Amino acid sequence: MKWKFKQHSVLPGFGLTLGVTLTYLGLIVLLPLSLLVWNTSSLSWSDFLKAVSSAQVVASYKLTFGAAFLAAVVNAVFGFIAAWTLTRYKFPGKKLLDAIVDMPFAMPTSVSGIALTTIYASNGWVGSWFNQAGIKIAYTPIGVFIALTFIGLPFVVRTLQPSLEDLDKEIEEAAESLGATKWQTFWRVILPSVLPALATGFTLAFARALGEYGSVVFISGNLPMKTEITAFLIVTKLEQFDYAGATAISVVMLGASFVLMLIINMTQWYARRGKK
Amino acid sequence: MTTNRSKRFRERSVPLLLIFITTAFLALFLLMPLAAIFVEAFRKGAQAYFASFNDRYAMSAIRLTLLTAAIAVPMNVVFGVTAAWCIAKFEFPGKNVLITLIDLPFAISPVIAGLIFVLAFGRQTMLGEWMIEHDIKIIFAVPGIVLATIFVTFPFVARELIPLMQEQGTIEEEAAVSLGAGGWDIFWKVTLPNIKWGLLYSVILCNARAMGEFGAVSVVSGHIRGETNTIPLHVETLYAEYSYVAAFSVASLLAFLGLVTLVAKTALEWKTKRKKEGKSISG
Repeated sequence: MKWKFKQHSVLPGFGLTLGVTLTYLGLIVLLPLSLLVWNTSSLSWSDFLKAVSSAQVVASYKLTFGAAFLAAVVNAVFGFIAAWTLTRYKFPGKKLLDAIVDMPFAMPTSVSGIALTTIYASNGWVGSWFNQAGIKIAYTPIGVFIALTFIGLPFVVRTLQPSLEDLDKEIEEAAESLGATKWQTFWRVILPSVLPALATGFTLAFARALGEYGSVVFISGNLPMKTEITAFLIVTKLEQFDYAGATAISVVMLGASFVLMLIINMTQWYARRGKK
Repeated sequence: MTTNRSKRFRERSVPLLLIFITTAFLALFLLMPLAAIFVEAFRKGAQAYFASFNDRYAMSAIRLTLLTAAIAVPMNVVFGVTAAWCIAKFEFPGKNVLITLIDLPFAISPVIAGLIFVLAFGRQTMLGEWMIEHDIKIIFAVPGIVLATIFVTFPFVARELIPLMQEQGTIEEEAAVSLGAGGWDIFWKVTLPNIKWGLLYSVILCNARAMGEFGAVSVVSGHIRGETNTIPLHVETLYAEYSYVAAFSVASLLAFLGLVTLVAKTALEWKTKRKKEGKSISG
């Protein structure tokens, strides 16, 4: 109880609220999670390696990481344009567009999943157009990419918006009065100051896409070696009661999200230090 | 002259182009899936739409989802408010670690969230064996679904309230203490009125996520029709059976809930913005 002395607040309830928070956190989150780690440690190293590096699993990593990365890149570009447009310009329908950005976050993933599949199937609203050009979207890796783009968009836009709002317009005006073109102002003044937010949004979208399940499994079709995402393989292993295999793959995915969370925290720390 | 005019044309055309790209991108990626849900649900008319709910399995899925949310949401609201009070009103070492830990379920794949409960209570563990002997079912039963839902929706209330309560500081509460108010009185009469709209939105969001959770629940439920199928799982079952109208009709319930969440968020932003502007005028 050493830290109680450091607490200068006169408000009551510190011990109670901290105790309840830690107990609940421990029971609901930390205890079950530690079981995952404990289960992995009971696996032998060679079994672990075999489980996480079989051809089917490696194919799923390639698809999941590849599609998630591409989706995050597309979201970084179009999310930036959308965030910029929504903070800087006034136009009819803007409030509706701004509100709808959160839709992938508020909509249950299975609902998004069947809606996307219907649109991008070869007889769907968008899918039929591409089908005429000989391109199939649903039940191919492109479908996985589409679903992951959908799910990641709000993260980029919502991370960028506050930092674009905070931009000091005077600095832009100063750059222009010194003879910089709009393009130069954008590359040399605006982009560097929102880069930490853009990087954070990109990483959040990427991390979310890596673990996504519901919105992907319908549109992907889950063809072995071709359109199986890693989250789907974990479910398949569980359905076959291969708990060791499912646990091993989960640990790899958890490791990936842990690294991404670390990157986000470091980016924010770096940005805060830069401001000082 | 011409260069000047072309420059002005360019200055005007860039915003127009960006507005066009944004509208097209958001319409294609966000509005179209939303529209598709309701178009597909009503494809065979209103009668077929309502007939989808007049079904034993649909009703049992709705009941189970309501039950799950009725347990998970209040628990996470109590936890969220408690955690936010602790983090926003006090300074203590390790606070950032605590915030990161609260965010953890948000960073974990829903499938892995389900897996950890299978590992904890599945029949391969000692605890699992003991439970089979004593006829207690958690996995492939309702308790597992509730646990997985609590885990997945765990951060939402706290995440929403922590920044809000940090922004408001502790001055009003400290004034109440100096006037002799106790902890409960301070919370109900000072803090709660200040956070009520943020709290309301976080409850709506937490509820929408609890009712719509798919991945984690799918892993622990076992998909027993009429017993452990929640609404999102029932949608999946119907879709896999090619009963598209029924699948989209049931899905439209959840889509509607999602829309309510969006409206609540917009209303909250509108309200706080107006409040801030009001403050800046009076101050």
